[in-house]
Amino acid sequence: MKQYMLSVYHADRGPALAPEVMAASIRDVDALNAEMMTAGAWVFAGGLHNDSTASVVRVKDGTVVTTDGPYAEAKERIGGFWIINADDLDAALTWARKATVACLAPIEVRPFMDAPDA
Amino acid sequence: MRRVSDSEIERVFREEFGRAVAVLVRSFGDIDIAEEAVQEAFTVAVQRWPETGLPPSPAGWIITTARRRAIDRLRGDAARADRHAKAALMQAEGHPIDNRPVRDERLSLIFTCCHPALATEVQVALTLRLLGGLSTVEIARAFIVPEATMAQRIVRAKHKIRDAGIPYRVPASTELAGRLSAVLAVVYLIFNEGYVASSGERLGRSDLCAEAIRLGRILSELMPDEPEVLGLLALMLLIHSRQRSRTTAGGDLVLLDDQDRSTWDRSLIAEGQEIVRACLRRNQPGPYQIQAAISAVHSEAERASDTDWGQILQLYDQLLAVNPTPVVALNRVVALAQMRGATVALEAVDRLDFGEYYLFHAVRADLLSRVGRNEDARAAYDTAAALTSNAVERTFLMRARDALPG
Repeated sequence: MKQYMLSVYHADRGPALAPEVMAASIRDVDALNAEMMTAGAWVFAGGLHNDSTASVVRVKDGTVVTTDGPYAEAKERIGGFWIINADDLDAALTWARKATVACLAPIEVRPFMDAPDA
Repeated sequence: MRRVSDSEIERVFREEFGRAVAVLVRSFGDIDIAEEAVQEAFTVAVQRWPETGLPPSPAGWIITTARRRAIDRLRGDAARADRHAKAALMQAEGHPIDNRPVRDERLSLIFTCCHPALATEVQVALTLRLLGGLSTVEIARAFIVPEATMAQRIVRAKHKIRDAGIPYRVPASTELAGRLSAVLAVVYLIFNEGYVASSGERLGRSDLCAEAIRLGRILSELMPDEPEVLGLLALMLLIHSRQRSRTTAGGDLVLLDDQDRSTWDRSLIAEGQEIVRACLRRNQPGPYQIQAAISAVHSEAERASDTDWGQILQLYDQLLAVNPTPVVALNRVVALAQMRGATVALEAVDRLDFGEYYLFHAVRADLLSRVGRNEDARAAYDTAAALTSNAVERTFLMRARDALPG
């Protein structure tokens, strides 16, 4: 069994979704989470606050400094993610297809380096 | 004892490389290990076979030798606590290969190589490398890419397959249609790259055509009940049958109408037509089968003037219905011009619009010249010539422009 991270990418300044579209999307994501749990695929999932809430910590000239703001000024940023168990990429992609439909945003699928049971 | 020539070993290599790699990927669960082991087994064969003669089953010999060598090496690596080597070794021990005929795993391998999570150019390179046994150098040359770039492309792809867990299996029937069309697209892309090099001075690289046909034959053998697989093979055979007449000795392009039909390869035509007839009997048409049928109609005409354009136009109508692309619409216009004249065809072509496609302007230029609009034709030939990166095609278009009256 491998683990994959499904990252949800949101565009920076897209038009805001209509409230009823947003509500339907939240319902769909809840339903998907339930489906993943039933199937034993769900490991963890969560949504993130906007990247204006981000702080960055790094080592600079030997000392650790903290700065305001996201690390990269990107047009798209991660708005949330799932960590799932899946037999192979096809299984992970099947979940990702459901995820992109549910949360109305592109999903990036990446494998974790170490399978937990290897 | 019979001597074994280099060309005989080369033939075994061509025929058996992909089969051996596919079996060993199943056995070790790792493409790199499989590929390296098979390569090594052939190196041993080149040294040994000229003395010992060809073994009774060359494929079996290669697979057994490759497997033994890989296990020896993995044992060494596993002893050095290489986790990856241990996993491959464990998998291999769970999949013993005995002396019975081994299962053909090439279909799993081709579906892995053509997985949609890999970019198209990566799918093409992997298929040629692993199924076709072409070297990285050969593939790089064929696609006019620096060798280092191609090597990196292949290495990255193999790592993605391993690390992302791209499965090694024939897709389930629910996904098969979509996944198969990606496989067929890769094979046809290889063929077309050989047919008209997308850039460069020489028009064709028929080695790639031959390789695509070989892949088409393997697919037809492994999936005899998929009509589009057969359709693609027939299409490639029929196009390839005209290879000798497509260019002059000097390398200039010759249009279908002007080709010397006596040089067409009769045996390829017969084989292609036979498959087309079998597809018609099966009556599950698809884009490749219809294109093959169109090509078969051309093949039947002894002279260009004997061509049954009515039947071709009908087939294009059918093709347009299942595959409504601008390119198909453009080809239909060519048939329409034959049936109903240049004026009608020109009206049809002007209803299409795809500005950057050189063939659109080339066809339009030809129709314009036929209705006597020579100035417009000249401009259209110029646009077409500016849009193609193939030197032979450009020369052809400039000649056609210069031959316009006035």
